[in-house]
Amino acid sequence: MSTVATSQIKLTPERSRTSVRSRLQDALPKIVLAPSFAITIVFVYGFILWTIYLSFTNSKTFPSYVITGSRAYQRLWGWTFDTDPPSSWYTSITNMGIFGFLYILICLALGLFLAILLDQKIRGEGVLRPIYLYPMALSFIVTGVAWKWFLDPGLGLEQTLHQWGWTSFHFDWIKNKDFVIYTVVIAGVWQASGFIMAMFLAGLRGIDGEIMKAAQIDGATTFQLYRRIVIPLLRPIFLSAFIVLAHLAIKSYDLVVALTSGGPGGSAWLPSNFMYEYTFKRNEMAVGSASAVIMLMTIVAIIVPYLYSELREKPR
Amino acid sequence: MSAVATPARQASGGINTKLVNRIVIYGLLALFALFYLMPLFVMLVTSFKTMDEIQNGNMLALPKAPTFDPWLKAWGETCVGLTCAGIKGYFWNSIKMVVPAVLISTMLGALNGYVLTKWRFRGATLVFGLMLFACFIPFQSVLLPMATILGSVGRFGVTLQNSVGTSFGLGNSTVNLVFVHVVYGIGFTTLFFRNYYEAFPTELIKAAQVDGASFFQIFRRIMLPNSMPIFVVTVIYQFTNIWNDFLFASAYAGTGDAMPMTVALNNVVNTSTGVVEYNVNMAAAMIAALPTLIVYVVAGRYFVRGLMAGAVKG
Repeated sequence: MSTVATSQIKLTPERSRTSVRSRLQDALPKIVLAPSFAITIVFVYGFILWTIYLSFTNSKTFPSYVITGSRAYQRLWGWTFDTDPPSSWYTSITNMGIFGFLYILICLALGLFLAILLDQKIRGEGVLRPIYLYPMALSFIVTGVAWKWFLDPGLGLEQTLHQWGWTSFHFDWIKNKDFVIYTVVIAGVWQASGFIMAMFLAGLRGIDGEIMKAAQIDGATTFQLYRRIVIPLLRPIFLSAFIVLAHLAIKSYDLVVALTSGGPGGSAWLPSNFMYEYTFKRNEMAVGSASAVIMLMTIVAIIVPYLYSELREKPR
Repeated sequence: MSAVATPARQASGGINTKLVNRIVIYGLLALFALFYLMPLFVMLVTSFKTMDEIQNGNMLALPKAPTFDPWLKAWGETCVGLTCAGIKGYFWNSIKMVVPAVLISTMLGALNGYVLTKWRFRGATLVFGLMLFACFIPFQSVLLPMATILGSVGRFGVTLQNSVGTSFGLGNSTVNLVFVHVVYGIGFTTLFFRNYYEAFPTELIKAAQVDGASFFQIFRRIMLPNSMPIFVVTVIYQFTNIWNDFLFASAYAGTGDAMPMTVALNNVVNTSTGVVEYNVNMAAAMIAALPTLIVYVVAGRYFVRGLMAGAVKG
């Protein structure tokens, strides 16, 4: 019989003479794992290769398998703001830059801030924490519908403030092609910041109280205490939170659809929306695939080093 | 962790500074609570108002004459595209999709986690790494090939239907979505169970093996009875993710009767014909949100653990 866990399977002479049945027993763990692994290889890695392949063809409405070179990529990057109308791809990646930067930055700052506030021996923490966190349980579609209503100039916030007497208040970002992406930031932050708060709070709770006491005895002010000691100790949390947020940002698709329906003239598109529209609605499959490949490469650049270090850290 | 006021401050500022500090902290916390609650509050009150009250009243005001009609209309009458039979059918579509997808992916994850920790073999870390990375890919990079394959399977299903009399579910949109969610969900479920079983004492398994217990006996008699917490975490995580999915749903069941709830909701809200009934839209959004919200309220602790486990390995 094989031993459990750590030891590697060694084929000894007696072993090769054992019956088929017991050999089957030994292979059983691998047989159990095999379907999942095969599925992953085919439907994740195989499909990725397929998408990469398609991006080098001239597929339009239907996939074509004739390689035509990097035409799709040239089309993608050949369009700029100078073309008329400005290219959707440039709009998408500019939006990605704005959205990604603000979303990650505000979520981290707000999450850390709320976590620090909640960590001051607050009465009612048990009530407040779930309130900050519940948006994470909602679908992006629901979030989008709620915020679309809330930010609508004729019905939502603007109208309410007008009724309260602040008639000069003007807030029409959701209908303004230059500002619509910022409404996506607002809704996105609303949804994810509570979760980032929970991550930081868990980190704060894990810090050794002795270190804090020692710093206080040395006369450090609260501000110094957090800046010099607590925040540096939270660095691993910053990294994890960054990975989570970056990954959520690049995958964001639903929120733009539900909140803005793409914005005026596609001005709220992110690369994910670009990919979907070009692949399924504009019959530009090769261009859509090329954009998907670029999205994937971005994720790979962020995730692979992270996963590699995580899996390497604890060799067993 | 300590309170804000440090000994040095207390000496100079005394009780007053401390009190002001507390007021500021509680004030800020309350303000942010409002920020998070506001959209849900607005959605909820709007869903109980009449259209008249919405157009002439204040968004934040409580309904003067609360009515349940918008909810009934959203459930049974509102138009999704061209069919006007409410969202109830789509709600059940989501249930029919979520339940099998969650159960299958969780079971596979449990088995995979068991193998990857207790029956480790050469290359196990690589296998796990490849499965783990699959959790993070943007699904756009597999969307089109999957659509092509599902299309071919659907055509094969039609052929079977014509020749044998049954398509064995091939080409059925709900079956397709279950398959897709299982395929792209096992990475996460495997991660959850692997990390949980990693801490499970291997000595117990060894002892059972010495007593002659087989692979599946050990799994059923020793691992499963001790896996309740991680099962709850995984089921909740998968349930929330799959219920809330929009990308796969709109790509593979974006039209027709098999639409899941999220797609139907988006269609209800973006139907541009006729008067937009905001109260009905909000009621529909609440109905779409309720299942995951209820899970969150009932088992919030496990929900958060799932998110954390998905975010931070180990």
